[in-house]
Amino acid sequence: MIEQRREISLIGPAQLQLRQAAPSAVETPLQRTWRRFRRHKPAIISLIFICIISLMGIFAPIVAPKDPLKTSLIDSLVPPNETYWLGTDPVGRDVWSRTVYAIRVSLSVGIVAMSISLIIALLLGTISGYYGGMVDMVVMRMTDIIMTIPSLVIIMAVVSVLGPSIYNVMAVIGILGWTGMARLLRAQILSVRERDFIKAARSIGVADWRIMLLHILPNAVAPVLVAATFGVAAAILTEAALSFLGFGVLPPTTSWATCSMPRAR
Amino acid sequence: MGQYILRRLILIPILLLGITAIDFAFINMAPGDPVTAMIDPAEMRLMTQADIARRRQALGLDQPVAVRYVIWLKEVVTGNLGHSYVKAQPVSRLMIDGIKNTILLMSLSLVFTTVVGVALGIISALKPYSWLDYTLTALSFSGVAMPSFFFALILIFIGALKLGWFPTSGLLTPGMPFSLSDRLSHMALPLIALSIGGTASLLRYTRSSMLEILQEEYITTARAKGLSKRAINVRHAFKNAALPIITILGLQIPNLFGGAVIIETIFSIPGIGSTMVEAMNNSDYPVMMGGILLSGITVLFSNLLADAAYALADPRIAMSGE
Repeated sequence: MIEQRREISLIGPAQLQLRQAAPSAVETPLQRTWRRFRRHKPAIISLIFICIISLMGIFAPIVAPKDPLKTSLIDSLVPPNETYWLGTDPVGRDVWSRTVYAIRVSLSVGIVAMSISLIIALLLGTISGYYGGMVDMVVMRMTDIIMTIPSLVIIMAVVSVLGPSIYNVMAVIGILGWTGMARLLRAQILSVRERDFIKAARSIGVADWRIMLLHILPNAVAPVLVAATFGVAAAILTEAALSFLGFGVLPPTTSWATCSMPRAR
Repeated sequence: MGQYILRRLILIPILLLGITAIDFAFINMAPGDPVTAMIDPAEMRLMTQADIARRRQALGLDQPVAVRYVIWLKEVVTGNLGHSYVKAQPVSRLMIDGIKNTILLMSLSLVFTTVVGVALGIISALKPYSWLDYTLTALSFSGVAMPSFFFALILIFIGALKLGWFPTSGLLTPGMPFSLSDRLSHMALPLIALSIGGTASLLRYTRSSMLEILQEEYITTARAKGLSKRAINVRHAFKNAALPIITILGLQIPNLFGGAVIIETIFSIPGIGSTMVEAMNNSDYPVMMGGILLSGITVLFSNLLADAAYALADPRIAMSGE
């Protein structure tokens, strides 16, 4: 610390400027990721699309001024026109409003369920991959069990017992959805664990949790994040299937599934 | 090889124990009391608390959950799955009636998925970045993104209502004797609806797997040797590309079962899936437990089959297992 200060006091203004310029030349991993991301056109288009959808969900009352729950039997099954942009359903509710409000439900199911899965996967995958041996054996057999059960059937059973509600659906999808990611992460960690810089960290006495969290995870997490993005989509589709069968979102709340169903629920 | 399969076979009952124990515990957390639910309300007014307690004892429901689970397990081993609360039928009867149709639907769908998905994937990979490839890619993405029930409704709308080529539901025309063509026309729409998601993702996996293999140096060597394109594609490339495809197929079986639940409900096919949806709507717990057990068995054995196929296709697996 003292040495550093002395160094700074020794350098002149010109050198100081150079120093300040340096941080932007050496980019942080986050900056690097963003730079690469920006160059990828489909990724940018998708990001913009997701942002628009999310904003529409957040500002739903502005984007869709009509009440999504207000029925009006005179206007039932109206084809799209200036007042009802996407027409109305059999009980005269505005389909556009229902679709926009459904963004809130469907996106939050996808994101919350996936966050639950991701947390479980990160925890179990890291511990299993890092410690190996008996711990690994137990965690992986547990993963095998959950992986082989037909999850939709179990989710339906659990929801029918606990009662259909959006929170139960999120929780159950999340709790059953981590297996693939945990396996992926474990496999990644097994290879990262053997690298020299981990040995170096261990040899200077870095604590286990610190190695796992700061040294291994950042180098192993990339494929898991890719899997997680697919997981969001899968969770939305699972919720759709559940709601379709009557085990998910309860009417009159709408998710994208209940929007696309032919009968008014 | 034999040892490898044997070890997997030993694991199956253990996995089933785990699955059923978790489900049994869950179902017992359900609100509501099966004892009072089974008694006729008119009769119940004449009963005292002691009567109900006696009835509970007679049914064995006064025991703790763990004891009841062991009793249930003992009965299951002897082939007794209990009686449905709602239908006056033993659960095993309901299951046997259902599983035939479900297995028929699932296995046909698996064949369809494999044949169509792999074939289109290879076509896509042999002509990468052509208009055909782009079309198939676009189609497969929409296949993955669409919920299967929505696709099923579109199929019913077009195939059954607009064109009138296929019936909308069931497995046979009422009043008609069984005929293969009748059965096939009833199966066509559910089969396509059930297979679309799996086919689309298998197409993607086959394509990328084939593309990767075709870049390998031994393919260049085979080309340099002057082998025919066909021989290279089939014997050298596809054989190696098939390995990840088998894994993916194995992993899709649980999803297929979930899909069958939805598709059977939409097309009113009397299978395990529709039986279970009905049981869940009626809180018919013995039927639910039976269905979960049976779907677990189906999935575990099909996974075993996929693993065996994998070991057969790749000798290295069986070696490392021994």
